[in-house]
Amino acid sequence: MSVERHIDHSSPMYQFVIGRLNDWQLGGLDISFSKAAAFMFGAVIVATLFLVLTTSKRAIVPGRWQSVSELWYEFIADMIKETIGSEGRKYFPFVFSLFSFIVMCNLIGMLPYSYTVTSHIAVTIMLALSVFVLTTFIGITRHGTNFLSFFVPKGVPFVMLLLVVPIEVLSYFMRPISHSVRLFANMTAGHTMLKVFGSFVVQMGVFGVLPFALIVALTGLEVAIAVLQAYVFTILTCLYLNDAIHLEH
Amino acid sequence: MPQFWMEDFAPQIVWLVISFIALYLLMARVALPRVANVLEARHGRIADDLDQAAQLKSQAETVISEYEAALVKARAEAQATIAQAGIEAASAAEKRNAEVADVLATEAAAAADRIATAKNDALAEMRGVAAELAKAAAERLIGADVPQADVDAAVDGAMTTNGGGS
Repeated sequence: MSVERHIDHSSPMYQFVIGRLNDWQLGGLDISFSKAAAFMFGAVIVATLFLVLTTSKRAIVPGRWQSVSELWYEFIADMIKETIGSEGRKYFPFVFSLFSFIVMCNLIGMLPYSYTVTSHIAVTIMLALSVFVLTTFIGITRHGTNFLSFFVPKGVPFVMLLLVVPIEVLSYFMRPISHSVRLFANMTAGHTMLKVFGSFVVQMGVFGVLPFALIVALTGLEVAIAVLQAYVFTILTCLYLNDAIHLEH
Repeated sequence: MPQFWMEDFAPQIVWLVISFIALYLLMARVALPRVANVLEARHGRIADDLDQAAQLKSQAETVISEYEAALVKARAEAQATIAQAGIEAASAAEKRNAEVADVLATEAAAAADRIATAKNDALAEMRGVAAELAKAAAERLIGADVPQADVDAAVDGAMTTNGGGS
């Protein structure tokens, strides 16, 4: 296995190596701390401190920073209200945490010399699976065997159902894959591209200003993608929750 | 790609679960209630302000209607006062006119009296003068001393025939 873990320092993929800061083991489980873990806790701490500190004044007329926290809160609250309705209220902390975690990891990853937690499929698949397990659990507990009707679209002839139902089932189980790969691929592609153009800057000498200008523009684009992908992940979570709660297509 | 190095999956997932649970608890217990409190306080405050504004508005409307009623009342009183004053002025003017007319009538009567007296005096004097003149003329013309009584009778007769009496 350690043979595989060899990647050239100059490779644009080198930034995704998480390495090991120690070698903790817990009953055969590798729980060694890495920069991935450090940045996860960084995202948790930044999100919590930001929300707590900006609301410390509890101003009736909010300042700039307090407005950010309020917008952040109301953005998710409105998203849940619009996609799920009032039944979605109890999932608000979960959806809010999910969005905050992803958006913080993505944005912290945009800082120079930092690391993007969400560029690893292991992280995004776990987040997507947690949503998948939660929505399936909600669907089964709320609707019992009726939940299976979710895979049978209404008004479709029986012969067609033989074809449609397997497709519906397959697409349902593909959800966590598409959900997680979308985020992971966006983050990986963006950071790889920035790295590749960065190496061009060095290689092209004086003409390196051209890829440098491109990097400036791409960095802006990547910041937008960082927020957008967090939004996409969150709204898909809301839509899946709505499917589970209301059994509607 | 380092993303597919399987030996990195387990530690990442372990720390992801720990950090995400930590984030969930911090959000659900600490951060979200704080933001919710701030927002609720604002909504409560806005609702209170709106209530207060509505109350003040109704108070203002009461004051305005009271003011308008007072204005109407004052206007009516003013009209009544004006009408009263008009009536009083008219009666006072009438009274003055009557008094002036009385005074004028009295003065006119007095003047007529004075004129009559003056005329009588003048006539009486004229009678004396005429009598003396007649007596003196008679003495010069005929040399006779006509008795005073005859002269007076002649003068009286002449004055009445010439129509000098009043």
